[in-house]
Amino acid sequence: MAATASMMPIFQQQISSKNDLVPNWTSEEVSTGTTIMAVEYDGGVVIGADSRTTTGAYIANRVTDKLTRIHDRIYCSRSGSAADTQAIAEVVSYQLGFHSIELDERPLVETAANLFRASCYRYREELMAGILVAGWDRRKGGQVYCVPIGGMLVRQPVAVGGSGSSYIYGYMDSNYKPGLDKNQCLELTASALALAMERDGSSGGVIRLASISEDGVERRVLLGDQLPRFSTH
Amino acid sequence: ESVQNSQTNVMLHTKLNDTSMEYVSSKTINKVIQVHDQIFCCIAGSLADAQAVTKAAKSHLSFHSVQMESPPLVIAAASVLKELCYKNKEELQAGFITAGWDRKKGPQVYVVSLGGMLISQSVTIGGSGSTFIYGYVDAKYKPDMTREECQQFATNALALAMGRDNVSGGVVHLVVITEKGVEHVVVPGDKLPRFHDE
Repeated sequence: MAATASMMPIFQQQISSKNDLVPNWTSEEVSTGTTIMAVEYDGGVVIGADSRTTTGAYIANRVTDKLTRIHDRIYCSRSGSAADTQAIAEVVSYQLGFHSIELDERPLVETAANLFRASCYRYREELMAGILVAGWDRRKGGQVYCVPIGGMLVRQPVAVGGSGSSYIYGYMDSNYKPGLDKNQCLELTASALALAMERDGSSGGVIRLASISEDGVERRVLLGDQLPRFSTH
Repeated sequence: ESVQNSQTNVMLHTKLNDTSMEYVSSKTINKVIQVHDQIFCCIAGSLADAQAVTKAAKSHLSFHSVQMESPPLVIAAASVLKELCYKNKEELQAGFITAGWDRKKGPQVYVVSLGGMLISQSVTIGGSGSTFIYGYVDAKYKPDMTREECQQFATNALALAMGRDNVSGGVVHLVVITEKGVEHVVVPGDKLPRFHDE
């Protein structure tokens, strides 16, 4: 037992660390430790994220917009290293924009997801990026694709990602069912994100939501007092 | 009269250190251990450590209850565990949820975490599978549930966690402790509630 005990990190709940005089966020990488979520409904998708970006224990940005436009009807939500995900999203937006002009029509969500996967998989050793791609196209309607760390690609009717996602798997499994409408999806996403933000130290701030359908993209923000609340204990 | 259930996931999963093979040692191990007539303990972490600690605690408590000439308080049981965990924090890797009924404060739930912190909560979860159900528990728990609601809530939460955590599974052991006594409910895997994707 002693051998394994020394190999494991010591999980101690600390009130303060020994050296609070020199903040360590100056040397930490910027991360969107995060909670992101996307849900398909008949006719579109709902995509949502929290708004916290951290460098170590410091919140570098408490109102981050992690919902990034890739094309008119395709958005992605980013988790992991802020730099990596911004860089990948820029590259994919460029590639998709070019492709769409060549085709002279709106690009498919599956195409966008594949472009993300191509970059994430090729550079999987260097990158730390977990991305949800969601949007609407004429061929398959609303779609959500998950591109987690490592560069896998899978389509799911509902997907969560980021450090806060572990806390809401149970909630999602019990509350999602196929056939929800847009407003129910928005409510489910907002509630799930609020629960995760309550438990995950790397998630917090405001909830940013977007619903994407044939008619366009509707964005909304849920500020502090508008966040869904649950009984505290 | 409210009854508070504490919860546990029940699969013993062992990793052999010399080979790199993980296997399930037992699918039906009971992680809800009785430390006194109406006080039970859920264990998590290294089961060897947890069993050693609960054995020591059980004997401490039985001596204490003889000295006091009355059943021990739930907080006494939790404190005994806490002392053991805190004093031996370097060597131990075990956490506990202590729950029970006593005459002074009725039903109570206490958590003793890894480093030896002791706190009282009305509902609590622990173990590797617990991370997946924080959201569900936060959303669904409400104070003053009935016994049936509580049992259903615990069973649902455990089923959801077992559905996501690869090292949790097997059977669910529930222990319902009230003023009147103790009831042990076992829910086998195939009788657990199912959710939409299963």
